[in-house]
Amino acid sequence: MSPRILILLLAALSLPVTATEIRDFAAPSRQAAYENLIKDLRCLVCQNQSLADSDADLAKDLRTEVYNIIQSGKNEDEAVKFLTDRYGDFVLYRPPVKPITYLLWLGPFAALLGGGLFLWRQARRRSVADDDDELSAEERQRLERLKAKIEG
Amino acid sequence: MRMRFVIPLGVFVIMVVFLGIGLKLDPREVPSPFIGKPAPAFSLPQVASPERTFGDANLKGQVSLFNVWASWCVSCRQEHPFLMQLSKAKVIPIYGLNYKDERDAALGWLEQFGNPYLTSAFDADGRVGINWGVYGVPETFVVDKKGVIRYKQTGPITEQVWTETLFPLIQKLQAEEVGA
Repeated sequence: MSPRILILLLAALSLPVTATEIRDFAAPSRQAAYENLIKDLRCLVCQNQSLADSDADLAKDLRTEVYNIIQSGKNEDEAVKFLTDRYGDFVLYRPPVKPITYLLWLGPFAALLGGGLFLWRQARRRSVADDDDELSAEERQRLERLKAKIEG
Repeated sequence: MRMRFVIPLGVFVIMVVFLGIGLKLDPREVPSPFIGKPAPAFSLPQVASPERTFGDANLKGQVSLFNVWASWCVSCRQEHPFLMQLSKAKVIPIYGLNYKDERDAALGWLEQFGNPYLTSAFDADGRVGINWGVYGVPETFVVDKKGVIRYKQTGPITEQVWTETLFPLIQKLQAEEVGA
């Protein structure tokens, strides 16, 4: 294989592979809003993919809905509302903070706090234990006797 | 000293309980935000007679099933005999939403396997489906007399789903007074 063909093949392989369609936008800011949105929204069919990544038919339709909303001049929140009204908070990769998600949002901090508290208590207990390493009066006397014996 | 064993054991038990609950959950089942809300408005041509329409107004006045189906949907084929059985028993009117299908294919499917639906609405581009939060056909909505969605079944209706969940709910809804 000639190097030139090889280079061409490699170049072809390095083309960005995306599931998304090519869309025209009225303004670059809208394009950015659209692209951010579809990255942060979950596809319901293949649940570990975002709308941007998914090749599912429904993901394509939902991208079109999001595009139409953004293109019509509405903001991101309205596009997100459109989807959560229909599919619930599940479509959001970043769930909102509300009573049902308190454990999810605050759990890690609670675990960190609990762990820190545990470590602190352990460390304190150990330092108290360290004090016990000091010789008792009896032991000190014995040590003195031994020292006297060796030296004497 | 005893606390030394109690704390890790407690943490372990809590984790087992959470993981156990996690095992029981089906991540495919996304809770529908429509439960307890009026059926989203729509008006679509019917599959069999395009000149006539079917819409949310047709779902009022009786407890009904609104089943989302398509001729390309494998699980719908699996669910179909049970729907036929239900329609023959005349327990509840069944309406269909033919989702992202082609008319000829849909009509052929009904002819070949039988038609359990009183009417099917033809949602070619799937926009009504999106407005109803459809993400995996077959899906079935239980709509009450006032046109409020009371339950959503994602995936095929099976004998078990019917006897354990749908039928008791339908009986309860059929007993409800409209004025209440």
